[in-house]
Amino acid sequence: MRRLGLRIDFSQLIVWIIGLLLLALVVIGTISTLQTGKYSAQQWRDFVVFGIAQGSIYALIALGYTMVYGVLGLINFAHGEVFMSGAFTGFFLANALAENGMIDSNPILSLIAVILLSAAVSTGVALALERIAYRRLRRAPRLVALITAIGASFFLQYTFRGLYGSGVKVYPTVEILQGSVFGIQKTMIVVFIGAISMLILLYLFIQNTKMGKAIRAVSEDVETAALMGVDVNRTISATFAVGGVMAGVAGVLYAIIFKQVNFFMGFIPGIKAFTAAVLGGIGNIPGAAMGGLVLGIFESVGPSLFLEGLGIPAAYQLKDVIAFLMLVLILIFRPTGILGERLATKRV
Amino acid sequence: MKRLFGVMTLIAMLSVLLAACGGQPTTTPAEEPAAEATEAPAAEPAEPTEESTEATEEPVAEATEVTEEPAADPVEDPLGVVEVAPGDSIILAYAQVISGPNETLGVDSIRGVELAMDAFGGELLGHPLELVGEDSLCSPEGGQAAATKLASNPQIVGIIGTTCSSAATVAAPIIDEAGMVMISGSNTAPALTDPAEHVQGFLRTAHNDKVQGAVAAEYAFNVLGVTTAATIHDGSVYAEQLANVFAERFTELGGQIVAQEAVNAGDTDMRSVLTSIASDSPELIYYPIFVAEGGFVTSQVGEVSGLEGVKLMASDGLFSPDFIDAAGDAAVGMYLSSPDFSAFAGGYEDFLAKHEERYGEDPLSVFHANAYDASTLILNAVEQVAVEQDDGTLLIPRQALRDAIYATADFAGLTGNLTCDENGDCADPNIAVYEVVSGDSSLWQDEVVQKVYP
Repeated sequence: MRRLGLRIDFSQLIVWIIGLLLLALVVIGTISTLQTGKYSAQQWRDFVVFGIAQGSIYALIALGYTMVYGVLGLINFAHGEVFMSGAFTGFFLANALAENGMIDSNPILSLIAVILLSAAVSTGVALALERIAYRRLRRAPRLVALITAIGASFFLQYTFRGLYGSGVKVYPTVEILQGSVFGIQKTMIVVFIGAISMLILLYLFIQNTKMGKAIRAVSEDVETAALMGVDVNRTISATFAVGGVMAGVAGVLYAIIFKQVNFFMGFIPGIKAFTAAVLGGIGNIPGAAMGGLVLGIFESVGPSLFLEGLGIPAAYQLKDVIAFLMLVLILIFRPTGILGERLATKRV
Repeated sequence: MKRLFGVMTLIAMLSVLLAACGGQPTTTPAEEPAAEATEAPAAEPAEPTEESTEATEEPVAEATEVTEEPAADPVEDPLGVVEVAPGDSIILAYAQVISGPNETLGVDSIRGVELAMDAFGGELLGHPLELVGEDSLCSPEGGQAAATKLASNPQIVGIIGTTCSSAATVAAPIIDEAGMVMISGSNTAPALTDPAEHVQGFLRTAHNDKVQGAVAAEYAFNVLGVTTAATIHDGSVYAEQLANVFAERFTELGGQIVAQEAVNAGDTDMRSVLTSIASDSPELIYYPIFVAEGGFVTSQVGEVSGLEGVKLMASDGLFSPDFIDAAGDAAVGMYLSSPDFSAFAGGYEDFLAKHEERYGEDPLSVFHANAYDASTLILNAVEQVAVEQDDGTLLIPRQALRDAIYATADFAGLTGNLTCDENGDCADPNIAVYEVVSGDSSLWQDEVVQKVYP
């Protein structure tokens, strides 16, 4: 990167030019959209609010990717399925609670019950995944673990299809979450607050508990941590468990805004959350949270903001293009992600 | 490490590209399955390949018995001959979506096929009827996989499928190459029977969306009195073409299409696209898409400011209790176009009674009767062209079978009087518009959707 002057790498140069062209397109599109004045200020605000709600969910899932990457250097592609398992199982409790009227008489209690169940199931799945699929492969080449992760992802998808059926299930509507405050949907607010509180809890856990310290130590240097008396296996399990809890909560939050769950629901959010983790700098916990929010907002605002300005019809079909274009741009200009890889561990 | 990211990014990008390309029939079917299957049937009739054992449970002993006399085979056919040994079944196949959010659309059609087989008493010309099938999903990839598997089973006489037009665009050429015939009771995309793209092995008893889109536009403009509309499609052949037909007709009538948007199959967050549409303030949104995405659009419309009071309209892809589940009360008051059940022939009442008797519920979606008619067309044609040999072996020449189906004229089916044209359109299209009156799917069908037009 720093080879300036005569020693500019030719392929690097081309990549930079492509990157700059893409950026220029984004800028031109933005300017021309803003000039048309098609959207009101309130509509822009709505785009951002939707983006934040979606982004909070990405952020919670991304934490699972980034923490596991931090301690194991493994990209756990089955994490999207961990998310799905919790949300899908939570449906059955939510549905039962709706049928006996609990959800209307005691909405907060019911919501907590559903979240607890969902988090418990996701955690269980994440732990089992680590124990059965990854532990034996810890010393195997990276690619082996990666392929295993993809295999585990399919295994989980189709297991849950077998367990719960292949159709779409729909979460019941919670009456007190209907309507809006200051023009913002209550559900969005709940999701945002839920996600932020989980992030704060996670931060406190990582920074202030013994296990949190162990996780940080293992992610910095496994062998030294082991020599210092850290139980590595337990720590890694704890990391998966924490990732599972986050994914389980994300699953219920997802169900609050989107209602529908099915066995395939984890795939796309999983890929998006992985993107978010890389955006923020993989292995970096605040980075994952930020990456999720940035990705959510860009996906929501982007098609209207710069694709429409470029005269592209049906811009929202290209939503995913924006997400992955961002990933490409980040990898070109700042390969370690926005906040940098493993920043948190360097600070310790 | 950077290289690993490179690989990951590539995987991520590729998977999205694949998903995005899902809408277009870019994949050209492979040649192998076709060749394999066209040669197979005539020469060595019942040598059970692995695939066909699943379908025919005939013991090998019988098979060898049949192969002894191919020299005396009196029936010649350019596409091959299906030989059904005495006591063996005549095999029909379905290629329908039987998993995922659109499951009920496929199950509904399969029930139509089963009831049609029942109507023949479960047997034809002294041979029992048997139904096998593959899941064609609702995507080009699913269509390709299902068609390739079915094409490799030389005992299959005809196929009822697919559910979704995007599956058919890929499946039809594979089935055609294999010499088989496929009739769909639910593929409605205009392109499938467009002379430029139509393959001989494909026919349909479902209406052509040129009709459905036009009826929807006429209802919106003439009856609802809206003059501005927006459309959303999901990149599938069905939705895109239907949205276009609607837009064309609506503009022709004097209305204005203010936005033509699209989402991806699998998208969940429709609020952004709806906000974008809201800035063009249409009076009606027409979104002829499928269950999952249709549910998201319907339930999220109410959360977008600027769309209060907008009228919603969709098409037969959402005409199922699953959609009512997915959308809940938000669906109440919206309009769905679908085949007009009340215009169906007298036999439909009887069909409904049999359906209730066999499955214990009302039909799950709209194309059961079309699938029933499709099966009847195939079975009638088999009856016409099949030649029985002295030893009881039944020979069904494939080209003759196709010709017999194409020759269908004024056939009194459940869905009306069917006449097949040379492009494979057999339907007697009667389209109605229904209004959703309840968000409780357990009351399906009469108390949930009511006909409002014509």
